[in-house]
Amino acid sequence: MALLQIAEPGMSTAPHEHRLAVGIDLGTTNSLVAAVVSGSARVLVDHQGRPLLPSVVRYDARGVNAVGDAAAAQAVVDPANTIVSVKRFMGRGLDDVRKAAGGAALPYEFVDAPGMLRIRTRAGDKSPVEVSADILAVLRARAEETLGGQLMGAVVTVPAYFDDAQRQATKDAARLAGLEVLRLINEPTAAAIAYGLDNAAEGVYAVYDLGGGTFDISILRLSKGVFEVMSTGGDSALGGDDFDAALAEWAAREARLGGVHGALRRRLLVEARQAKERLTELESTFFNVPLADGQVLALHVTRKMFEALTEPLLKKTLVATRKALRDAALAAADVKGVVLVGGSTRMPQVRQALRLLFAREPLTDLNPDEVVALGAAMQANLLAGNRGGDDDWLLLDVIPLSLGLETMGGLTERVIPRNSTIPVARAQEFTTFRDGQTAMAIHVVQGERDLVADCRSLARFELRGIPPMVAGAARIVVTFQVDADGLLSVSAEEKTTGVKAQIAVKPSYGLADDEVARMLAESFERAADDLKARALREQQVEAEQIIAATRAALAADGDLLDPGERGAIAALVERLAACAAGDDHLAIKAAIADLNHGTGEFAARRMDRSVKAVLAGRTLDEIGT
Amino acid sequence: MAVTLTESAAKHVADFIARRGKGIGLRLGVKTTGCSGMAYKLEFADAVQPEDRLFESHGVKVLVDPKSLVYLEGTELDYAREGLNEGFRFSNPNEKDRCGCGESFHV
Repeated sequence: MALLQIAEPGMSTAPHEHRLAVGIDLGTTNSLVAAVVSGSARVLVDHQGRPLLPSVVRYDARGVNAVGDAAAAQAVVDPANTIVSVKRFMGRGLDDVRKAAGGAALPYEFVDAPGMLRIRTRAGDKSPVEVSADILAVLRARAEETLGGQLMGAVVTVPAYFDDAQRQATKDAARLAGLEVLRLINEPTAAAIAYGLDNAAEGVYAVYDLGGGTFDISILRLSKGVFEVMSTGGDSALGGDDFDAALAEWAAREARLGGVHGALRRRLLVEARQAKERLTELESTFFNVPLADGQVLALHVTRKMFEALTEPLLKKTLVATRKALRDAALAAADVKGVVLVGGSTRMPQVRQALRLLFAREPLTDLNPDEVVALGAAMQANLLAGNRGGDDDWLLLDVIPLSLGLETMGGLTERVIPRNSTIPVARAQEFTTFRDGQTAMAIHVVQGERDLVADCRSLARFELRGIPPMVAGAARIVVTFQVDADGLLSVSAEEKTTGVKAQIAVKPSYGLADDEVARMLAESFERAADDLKARALREQQVEAEQIIAATRAALAADGDLLDPGERGAIAALVERLAACAAGDDHLAIKAAIADLNHGTGEFAARRMDRSVKAVLAGRTLDEIGT
Repeated sequence: MAVTLTESAAKHVADFIARRGKGIGLRLGVKTTGCSGMAYKLEFADAVQPEDRLFESHGVKVLVDPKSLVYLEGTELDYAREGLNEGFRFSNPNEKDRCGCGESFHV
């Protein structure tokens, strides 16, 4: 028998029709599920009262062996079949992961697969989507047991810098776990919602997220109820674990331990973590180092010492924070609020550093481990329709990077500019480039740069069956549509015939491991280069077109020219071709002008001939009508 | 006869109202839908309606409209936990028969 919860005034549901919705923080290190219960959001705990589910899945020959703490405990004895931090592999190809690892040994036996890598386990090859789904399934079961019914859906959070491939992979994982995704929202946005900033004054907020193994900084601007991600930054290999490691290394040195490997190293890391946590409250504590002779050495460690040991780590986060501010063209003083996310933000030195940087008290009322899940739960409750009349706000999200397609010469044509609120649909008309062109390749890209080569390739498809027409006569409408989760579908239609082709950007997953922040920063830094590159490509495309046209004309009507004239035009064509191969767009432009000028007379003669041909054998009356 | 809350229920209601940040009390009611005739209604109350009957239990205001009251006379609301699931449970002497879901009943 289900127990009842208190509904908002007038929002009681009929029996068996509770709109149960949860928020899920699918984290690199830990995952959580939260829900709004009797009017307030809370994190749902397991039977042992634990809110955090370590994002670890262990497989055996029969399939899933354990998820969470039980799996994490086996990571040491069975590393190959115990998948840790699978979020790093979401939507990634093997090349991306190798690049990100920078030559470091990879923990698993990877299998390259089209789009996204697979991990070889005893239970078979697992895609990161499947592993994530196994984590989500545990959270779903916990939620259904706690809320006493079937979930109608979930809001799942993703890092602000996740690209379409990674978002799609996350959504796929939720579906695989039997969860209806009401919306994907950005983690910093969820944290801001948890603090009720969406109802607060408009302005700029910084979300500082220092988790177990990752650091993210996001600068958000709230305007008209919409959180816009202005910039993101961080370090995907920096987190609380590194603070533990620094302390453990210090202890090993102090105790003059020789080689620290295996079990000893793990023991030291656990001791370090506990000492670190005690130092949040205490000014000093003891670090127990097990010695070879079985004795335990108690090292005295003060908070000051710990802070000195880990200062370089903290500095890294502050450098990234300042860079994110710079990328957003803002000063620390422009920030109206600082939200802390991640357990590592409990460290007093982190809070102190942010207090100094922003000259204001960071928001710390909510549990930093839970704040993202709580915000997601509030959003889920809203989307499920459980909120009453007076505060029916609707949070919108924005597109982090412009979406567009490739046009001639490898140039990017932006169709949906970045920071457009979603859902959104935009259409743009394109045409054919060559006479008789019957197909068009559509290459969908994401990024701010002018050259396709510098943007991220999302998908390719072809529109076929365009009737042969002269270049420029076909009318091809390309429509970009982004749904509320930020997922893109693109369709192309030739207007005169109605032939259609479309693609849901089920992206190729195997995208370059670039971050939105870096791409944006580059687009600003390289604006001048891009301008030049664009100008060059435009001139090159024009050159190519005019060379092809001139050669075709020479072949068709070359007899109109004497050998001298013909040679002169051929020389101009050669010179233009030579210029076009270079990188001086002004020289190409000049050569185009020269060729245009040099072929003026030829064009006039051709015009005469074609007019004569048309008129030949026709009466004046016919021509008159 | 009054409508009452157990001490545990009152404590939880007060806590939920505090966390919600607004509300003057709890509204109990009965809706004539549900798989077994009637269904309980449990909502935050932000305003007292002129026709409301007011009760107070362990410091928490309970509002019931007169139409619902005829079905709820003598009801006690409790807070219970069953495994991971926790929430409110109606104990209603008027109830003759209920559906297994606990939300619908007959009088």
